[in-house]
Amino acid sequence: MTRYIIRRLIHSIFIIWGVATLVFFGLRAVPGDPVVQFLGPEYTPEAAEAIRHKLGLDEPLHIQYVKWMGNILTGDLGDSIATGETVEQAIRSGFPKTMSIAIVSFALALAIAIPTGIIAALKRNSWIDYCVSVIAFIGVSMPSFWFGIILIILFAVRLGWLPAIGYTSITDSPWDWFKHLLLPGLAVGAGFAAILMRFVRAGLLEVLGSDYVRTARAKGLNERAVIIRHALRNALIPVVTIAGIQLALLLSGTVVIEIVFSIRGLGRILVGAILDKDYPIVQGVILLVSVIFVGANLVVDIIYTFLDPRIRYE
Amino acid sequence: MNRRQTVTAMQTTAAGARAQEILDVLAEERRARQGNRIWARLKRERKAFVGIVFVICFVLIAIFSPTLAPYHPDDDDFGLFQSPSLEHPMGTDSFGRDLFTRVLIGTRVSLTIGLLAALAAMLVGVSLGLLAGYYGGWLDSLIMRLIDLLWAFPVIILTVGMVAIFGAGARNVVIAVALAYIDDFARVVRAEVLRLREEEFMVAARSIGAPDWRIMGRHILPNIIAPIIVQVTFAVGLGILAESGLTFLGLGVDPSTPTWGLSLNEGRAFIQRAWWISVFPGMAIVCTVLALNLFGDGLRDAFDVRGVGDNDGEGG
Repeated sequence: MTRYIIRRLIHSIFIIWGVATLVFFGLRAVPGDPVVQFLGPEYTPEAAEAIRHKLGLDEPLHIQYVKWMGNILTGDLGDSIATGETVEQAIRSGFPKTMSIAIVSFALALAIAIPTGIIAALKRNSWIDYCVSVIAFIGVSMPSFWFGIILIILFAVRLGWLPAIGYTSITDSPWDWFKHLLLPGLAVGAGFAAILMRFVRAGLLEVLGSDYVRTARAKGLNERAVIIRHALRNALIPVVTIAGIQLALLLSGTVVIEIVFSIRGLGRILVGAILDKDYPIVQGVILLVSVIFVGANLVVDIIYTFLDPRIRYE
Repeated sequence: MNRRQTVTAMQTTAAGARAQEILDVLAEERRARQGNRIWARLKRERKAFVGIVFVICFVLIAIFSPTLAPYHPDDDDFGLFQSPSLEHPMGTDSFGRDLFTRVLIGTRVSLTIGLLAALAAMLVGVSLGLLAGYYGGWLDSLIMRLIDLLWAFPVIILTVGMVAIFGAGARNVVIAVALAYIDDFARVVRAEVLRLREEEFMVAARSIGAPDWRIMGRHILPNIIAPIIVQVTFAVGLGILAESGLTFLGLGVDPSTPTWGLSLNEGRAFIQRAWWISVFPGMAIVCTVLALNLFGDGLRDAFDVRGVGDNDGEGG
């Protein structure tokens, strides 16, 4: 087990290194000079040269690469070209917002998917099951940003119940924080909930047909105990994996949703930086995202072995 | 003489050629049997039926949209922000253009980009998966590590980055979206090839010395066509979602082309006064992707393939 974890860890580090390297050279293949773009059309070559020198962009590519890698290991991600703040500052300002959206949407998705999935499985082939399936199908077929716009039109513009845009820090006011995140969280979480729900339903149906559930029923347990204590535990195992894999969906979703709801999280910072060719920001943010993503998958795989002791990795 | 040489020698003999023929006929029959079974199941699969009917409708709309559309997509003298009415079923946009016309015309762009991206991803992904699964060893490791890299990028970040490197425009959007979905195909195909590799007919084909390309083309590919088709169906839908997302971010096709994502993007600024500009183009996206997903899901049940398209949904 320890050997498996170590091997996976090395593999994960390799992937993250690969992503970082790809991003580094990919960005520099982009036509256009970030310094010129930053200075605007009336720049002087001397000023541009000075900034390039300050940021180390006048050095040969491989030197820049080695320096950047070395700095990462010491925790220094560099400075933004466009704003002058450090990449760390930019991430510190964006990360809580993106994470908040991700957490709220994850919680909402679970709160929607697990009960509906259970009901759909227990009332298999009833009209409730069909309705839930149809809604789930619509959920996966819907662009999250469009659903976000619909939510704004309904709950912010028409009913005026919730704010349409913006963000409040949880430390300022937890209630305002939640009110600002409910709509974006729902927009991102809807597609996620739809996928999860289908897994809960399928997982529970499979388990309900198994021998040990029949045994549990045969020994006279009431249906509630059979489902909650016996069936559900095993049915939710695959859901854990899917939840981990779908973190990418959540992150992808937040990028666009941040723009719809005017929240300056990592996604907005990243898209802006890509367009401005702000190398250090793009590199730093993508590095962070891939660490989260790869790390989450690693954790899920390890949790999995505890949930289902039959699984043995070599 | 090692095994491989023996095998090649056998193939040149008459008996070897005869054995080859028999194997091919058997492969043909196996395929036909499978085909009949699938057709029988498909007829019973309501989801697939409903899905394909709608997909065909959307394809017809895409082909005939210029004749179906009541106006020209660039006509802008209908008055700004007209709410939906009989003359303008979906209202008019901020330039005074008929939204219904623009949504109809947009069908073509979205479907074309989705289909091209899915086919391109299929071509590359299937080839990589075949090579990795069939040859194994270092080639497998190399290919799968590359696929892992691709998978570690969230789709939207990958596509935004690609468009930033190569510039916006329909062709680059297709390339970016295709690249993002290559890994799904490669994984599915590789797993299928690994499963098939030890089957008897494969051992037979190898033992009479069929060359690798022949085994892959005649014995493996026809047997994994079902999961590939299912994956393509899902990929077209995902491609449409990704394209609309990119266009929504202002990174998609040329802004003079009427597309669903573009209308949505324009409508966002006017949600206070003209909800219809963002609602209807989005509905068009949902309906199209929904039809494709229903069809794909029905096909998956009919083909009885597992593990395909389980992890997707990562689009806009």
